[in-house]
Amino acid sequence: MFDDFMVRAALAGIGVAFASAPLGCFVVWRRMAYFGDATAHAAIFGVALSLAFSMSIFVGTVVVALLMALVVSVLSGKGYAMDTLLGVLAHSALAFGLVAVSFLSGIRIDLMAYLFGDILAVSRGDLSVIWGGAACVVMLIGWRWSALLTSTLNTDLAYANGINPKREQLALTISLAITVAVAIKVVGVLLIAAMLIIPAAAARPLSRTPEGMAIATGLIGMLSAIIGLRAAFVLDTPAGPSIVCVAAVTFIVTSTLKSLRNPQR
Amino acid sequence: MSLIQVDGLSVRYGARTALSDVSLSIEPYEIVTIVGPNGSGKTSLLRAIIGAVKPLAGRIVQASNLKIGYVPQKLHIDDALPITVSRFLKLPGGVADIDYALTQAGVPELEKEQLSQLSGGQFQRVLLARALIGKPDLLLLDEATQGLDQRGSASFYQQIETVPQATGCAVLMISHELHVVMRASDRVICLNGHVCCEGAPASVASAPEYRALFGTGTGGALALYRHEHDHGHDHGDHCHNYSEGVE
Repeated sequence: MFDDFMVRAALAGIGVAFASAPLGCFVVWRRMAYFGDATAHAAIFGVALSLAFSMSIFVGTVVVALLMALVVSVLSGKGYAMDTLLGVLAHSALAFGLVAVSFLSGIRIDLMAYLFGDILAVSRGDLSVIWGGAACVVMLIGWRWSALLTSTLNTDLAYANGINPKREQLALTISLAITVAVAIKVVGVLLIAAMLIIPAAAARPLSRTPEGMAIATGLIGMLSAIIGLRAAFVLDTPAGPSIVCVAAVTFIVTSTLKSLRNPQR
Repeated sequence: MSLIQVDGLSVRYGARTALSDVSLSIEPYEIVTIVGPNGSGKTSLLRAIIGAVKPLAGRIVQASNLKIGYVPQKLHIDDALPITVSRFLKLPGGVADIDYALTQAGVPELEKEQLSQLSGGQFQRVLLARALIGKPDLLLLDEATQGLDQRGSASFYQQIETVPQATGCAVLMISHELHVVMRASDRVICLNGHVCCEGAPASVASAPEYRALFGTGTGGALALYRHEHDHGHDHGDHCHNYSEGVE
């Protein structure tokens, strides 16, 4: 069944939705949306480096994404507002990445494939990278779940419970880097943040507990991937953006339902 | 043995010194209150005890297996994070005696509520319940009644007073509300970057260092304290820094 490109695409989309469910919840809870953006944009630079040194794109993007996180955490103590800092780093990383790609003579790369993803061209090898990465992310966050949740609520409460919030932050940063690297092929650099944020935001009105929200996020993400792919096939639209569109429509539906139920809020 | 022994503690944030050479100790079953003006290092002291700030100098020795319950100054729960009171109380341990803790904190009925929907007073009591849930030996409260009205904070502190008898843990708290503090505490530590004076509430209130910081306007509160503080405590001699005694 892995011979069918539509089946492989669906499995790739589901894998990314799987990894971004718990991670996306934390991105929303901790207001890290822009941090996800910055990491994703830096990934283009990682793609250029991978091609220049002919190593795997997965390794290149993970390394650059981690470097990005390191630079952010070092600079964030130096008196810049976080959104300014991330804005500077995200867009410079993207610009430097695009310039670096242009230096690669002899290699013609399809930049559009990295910016918007090429989910229909996912190979069996890609699938194993995506599912391997997704499993790592889900296991890492699952392992640190309670500690992460406590440090998200309040860092001093975490310290009082013997949890080091900085170490937990590191677990999230690593997960984010892996997710960005595996999702490049599926939705591309420009839409990775969408896969992280929109399903989680759509799941929020349906949830009463953090765990419930993570599960709902996963289901919404997977359904978006399947329906989006089907729509792209039928309507002949680009696959990655179609997936994001379905997630966005889900967000509109759940938040409208919520405001209909509680008109005062 | 003391539950916690702070020895020559100094804390600095960048160029600003928050605490210099602070020493104190907390004994079992005591209620100790820290008073002091804004920026006097009260919160820094508690944060150093829980390990959230690294001391520049000095050390903090805890009794072995000391369990600390902490109620932070204020906690903003983002509405983006859905969480019920009972789930919050189970963090990070997993299993917990929720009924016990909520009853101790005086809010047994809140278990299924969403954390972000609670009123200020309810929320502070849920924080107290979470601090009590691990059956701590030492409870740390950082201005736990901030944002509560007078009645709310009075009833909150009445709850706190019952904690040592009911659960056997000591309390170290920060408060601005001197009249409440005077009534509930066994010992008061007046902090202004260093320990200004320390001792039983009555002796601290009449100390010149304390008057210099807070004025004499707290005389009425002291009278209230003297009037209501009729249950016996064995204070011992806690007046380390203020030994000459005005009384």
